[in-house]
Amino acid sequence: MTTYGRGLRGLSLATVVVITGALALVFFYAPLDANQGFIQKIFYIHVPLAITALCGFVFGGVLAVIHLRTGDRKWDIRSYVAIHMALIFGIGTLLTGTIWAKASWGHWWVWSDPTLTSFLIVMLLFATYQPLRFSIEDPERQSRYASVFAIVAGAFVPLNFLAVRLAQAYVHPRVLTLTGGNLPGPMRLTFLISLIGVALLYTTLWKYEMAAKATRMQVRALRRTLLGEDSVSPLKRSAAPS
Amino acid sequence: MREARTPGTWQTAAAILRKDLLLELRGLDTLPAMILFALVTFVIFHFGLNQATIAGQEAAGVLTVTLLFAAMLGINRLFVAEREQGGFDAYLLAPVDRSALLIAKAAALFLFLVVLEVIAVPAFALLLLGPSLGPPLLGLIAILALGDLALAVIGTLVSAIAVQTRARDLVGPIIGLPLLLPALIALARGAGPLLAVHGSGTPPGRWVAILALYDVVFALLSYAVFDFLLED
Amino acid sequence: MSVFAIAPALPLHAAGKYVAGAYIVFLALVLIYVAIMASRLARTERDLAELQRDVLAQRQSAADDPHRTGREREPVA
Repeated sequence: MTTYGRGLRGLSLATVVVITGALALVFFYAPLDANQGFIQKIFYIHVPLAITALCGFVFGGVLAVIHLRTGDRKWDIRSYVAIHMALIFGIGTLLTGTIWAKASWGHWWVWSDPTLTSFLIVMLLFATYQPLRFSIEDPERQSRYASVFAIVAGAFVPLNFLAVRLAQAYVHPRVLTLTGGNLPGPMRLTFLISLIGVALLYTTLWKYEMAAKATRMQVRALRRTLLGEDSVSPLKRSAAPS
Repeated sequence: MREARTPGTWQTAAAILRKDLLLELRGLDTLPAMILFALVTFVIFHFGLNQATIAGQEAAGVLTVTLLFAAMLGINRLFVAEREQGGFDAYLLAPVDRSALLIAKAAALFLFLVVLEVIAVPAFALLLLGPSLGPPLLGLIAILALGDLALAVIGTLVSAIAVQTRARDLVGPIIGLPLLLPALIALARGAGPLLAVHGSGTPPGRWVAILALYDVVFALLSYAVFDFLLED
Repeated sequence: MSVFAIAPALPLHAAGKYVAGAYIVFLALVLIYVAIMASRLARTERDLAELQRDVLAQRQSAADDPHRTGREREPVA
């Protein structure tokens, strides 16, 4: 029986340290961009959120593969939490992205940026994950179908970005990212630390959520053991087995 | 002991396909609905856009969207018979390769889309399209075929998932549409130059490549996961 | 070491609002999550207290009639 709380304190402390460090770097160390000026600072929160969200979706797909191969339901819950967290980080990406777009271009949304468009499509897809799950009543079938979806959608993520990138007949330059990988040294360091910080945050929150779910399931199991099957009320909307 | 000869995958798929096509021929409910829907949509677009004719990228967009929504009608109906008449259980009991169902259903959907297009595309040329359909016809057929393949593969997968849910008519489209977006973008952008006033005869290679890649990847992926959808 | 912009795209006081907005969005998301977890924790605490109560009640009623044998008891209406 995995206990998710183990190591959680150390992990969250590490997250605090790295994110605080990253923020300090962003505002006190990283130089101002010649083109965008102070606005460019949004890059350090927007892009790590985006990368973490996308990796989270793929991670969810991988966990789903393990679930289907082993048949062990705990992998499905891990997959569910991974996707759930990635969705939250994705919402953060879209919100910070629109703020950046407004500041840079005066519009809240720009179609000309392929990365932003690809990201929107991915978010639209994963937004259907929960409605799909909760429209299937049988718990075993729910977890199986959710895993199938997570695998297909997880495979879709890199494909989608590849396709939109390949199709770059766009005349506009990639407006919301810095050109290629030519980040100057101090900016690159700041970006890297920010990315590590956000990735640590994702991992911490994932573990945190798993610990909460596992605890709730343990309480129900305990109640079932001590007081019999009838004393446990059925769960309504839940990804947990019972 | 006599060794039982179980049918191979292709034979099973062919049998199921034949069954579905016969059912459709006798019942004639899905295909006429799809065709009528497409034709009515063309009329709506005519009034909505308020132009005598359309061409180029605009025309490609209208055609793609219409085909997509007509396809959704077919997708929603794909597994309904199996679900309601116990076809899934019977299929699971039979000693056949389960992926044959996927192949058969995808082939059926593909054929439905082809028949739809045989009627809808000339209607489109008649009602809405400005430039002549003659020169770009082969290129258009090619890119539509690739697009139909994408619709068929994803449509079958999504339909199989949706048929087991409570809100099956809703779940199918909301899952399927985002998944189909790259393919639809490729289809629309690929057909755009074909339908332009002085259009080229061949679709741009880039979009054909994307569509082909998409088809291959999702066909393989669907084949890999389909078994898990059928388990009881 | 640091390079200063020659001409920033937006004047600093306008730009600052957008940057602050973006980071506030991030902070808000994290804090909303903390709030949700707080209510979950409270509910788990309640569930455990209820479980404790129910187990004790069951033990109590079992202890109340320890000398009952397998004799049929009248069902209480």
